[in-house]
Amino acid sequence: MSVEPSVDLGAPVDTALAVEVINLSRVFTGRKGATVTALDNVSLTVRPGEFVSLIGPSGCGKSTLLRLIADLDTPTRGTIAVFGTSARQARVNQAYGIAFQQAGLLPWRTVTGNIELPLELHGAGKAARQARAAELLDLVGLTDFAASYPDQLSGGMQQRVAIARALAESPRLLLMDEPFGALDEMTRERMQNELVRICGETGAAVVFVTHSIPEAVFLSDRVVVMSPRPGRIRDVLPVRLGETGKRGENLREEEAFFRAVRQVRELLHGEAPDRLRGVETR
Amino acid sequence: MRARSEPAAALWRRVVVGAMGVVVLALVWELYKLLGPADGVLVGTTTVLPRTTDLAMPHLWVMGGRVLEPVNGASAALPMWLVVLQASLFTLGIAAVGWLVGVAVGLALALVMQRFRAAESAILPWIILSQTVPLIAIAPLVRRWGAQIHLGEFTWENWMSVALIASYLAFFPVSVGALRGLSSPDANHVDLMRCYAAGWWKTLWRLRLPASVGYLLPALGLAAASAVIGTVVAEVSIALRGGIGRLIVEYAGAAGGDPGKPWAPIFGSVLVGLVAAGFVGLIGVVLRRFRRGEVAV
Repeated sequence: MSVEPSVDLGAPVDTALAVEVINLSRVFTGRKGATVTALDNVSLTVRPGEFVSLIGPSGCGKSTLLRLIADLDTPTRGTIAVFGTSARQARVNQAYGIAFQQAGLLPWRTVTGNIELPLELHGAGKAARQARAAELLDLVGLTDFAASYPDQLSGGMQQRVAIARALAESPRLLLMDEPFGALDEMTRERMQNELVRICGETGAAVVFVTHSIPEAVFLSDRVVVMSPRPGRIRDVLPVRLGETGKRGENLREEEAFFRAVRQVRELLHGEAPDRLRGVETR
Repeated sequence: MRARSEPAAALWRRVVVGAMGVVVLALVWELYKLLGPADGVLVGTTTVLPRTTDLAMPHLWVMGGRVLEPVNGASAALPMWLVVLQASLFTLGIAAVGWLVGVAVGLALALVMQRFRAAESAILPWIILSQTVPLIAIAPLVRRWGAQIHLGEFTWENWMSVALIASYLAFFPVSVGALRGLSSPDANHVDLMRCYAAGWWKTLWRLRLPASVGYLLPALGLAAASAVIGTVVAEVSIALRGGIGRLIVEYAGAAGGDPGKPWAPIFGSVLVGLVAAGFVGLIGVVLRRFRRGEVAV
């Protein structure tokens, strides 16, 4: 049973964890019975309001883990709880918002129409939808493009619409699968600044898949470093460089930022640490 | 300003190019008639280009003029254009019924195939096989089976057989095109709908149907052309009176003494085809919002 979060913003007091993954494994079976272990005995917790990045080389299972949390896939072994309920129940309850690498906007809907889609599917009234869409457009700075179609927007703007859509139902958990992966470096950094700001304003927990080390360090409270074949958690690094919402451009120049980047890089490239693998070591 | 004037200019260019095509066709006809040998061009004993006599290739103005004259010598004879127009409307009506039935059946099959994987492997080969059956072969069968249907007040009429045959041709492109269209959404979009816990119907309505429009429109156009051809051919095979098919057969006999006459119903069938294509074009205009994806990406 999840306890309702207290009303004051910013400081989440919810006792139920946003995500609790225990001994999770996912084995894919190929056509000829060959098996690939995408995730091997992974455990992870995400507290309400916490920003956790999953980083690792291709094939380390970071996207698989995200898809399992989103109930887009079913685990072979292990359990997942999202706000104290099963992943399936959490999906049905719309406990999370999601954004993928491709913005995935419907080309025949305007920006507003795309943001309203989840609200529309879940029976929100027209006035409520419009009000919420206007609010979110303001949040992502696209008010002037409300009536535009996705093909009239740049990649970064499309991704901002996708984030607004993910936030439409005020979820307390955001699942993001390399949402800035297809953007150029400049746009990417600007989007990161905005995401930090948005997370500060909404207080949502985030599970963020990326393969960019600076991105993970800049955004996260904790960085989960994963290793491939089989996908395991190699280490979990607390970073949290400054209050959410107060992190700015300057942070990227600071010594602490570089130190954290170096740490993550060493964890990614370095030899396996001689601790228990796949278990969170905080 | 620019954004506004450009589509208008593009539209005009299309109209002009379209008209040019007709003019070029007419010029080729008349030029060949003027310059080509009277006995046609032969390779060995095979004629590869037609004779250019007034009987085989009447002048365009002969065909045109014939349309304005009465059908035959009888005193009460109606003008040719009116007779052809009436027949065209008759044929268009039957083709429209055939098209509607074909589109409905095609869509239904596509939905079943999209919904159930097994249905696709079970049905799709039969759909393709169905189009290898010659129309001439099934027309008399349909007529005979139809003649045995009596349900209370309802009796099967010959025009229904013609419409059924037209729909038999029309459903094919729709079922194949709609199946492709319904399966066209990205995995991304399908995942998204799953995240929203949207069921099959909601996913169909919000995602699959809109996404299929780009595939469906060409299929509807093909279906319209097939329905018109099917109607004309079936009218001949079933010997249904009143339509263009019947006129084509009837007037072909008059070619010896009245070379312009057989061309009138041919123009009629072209007219029916144009109206059908125009109607589908209108559907495309109404649904243009759903075709943005074609321009993007």
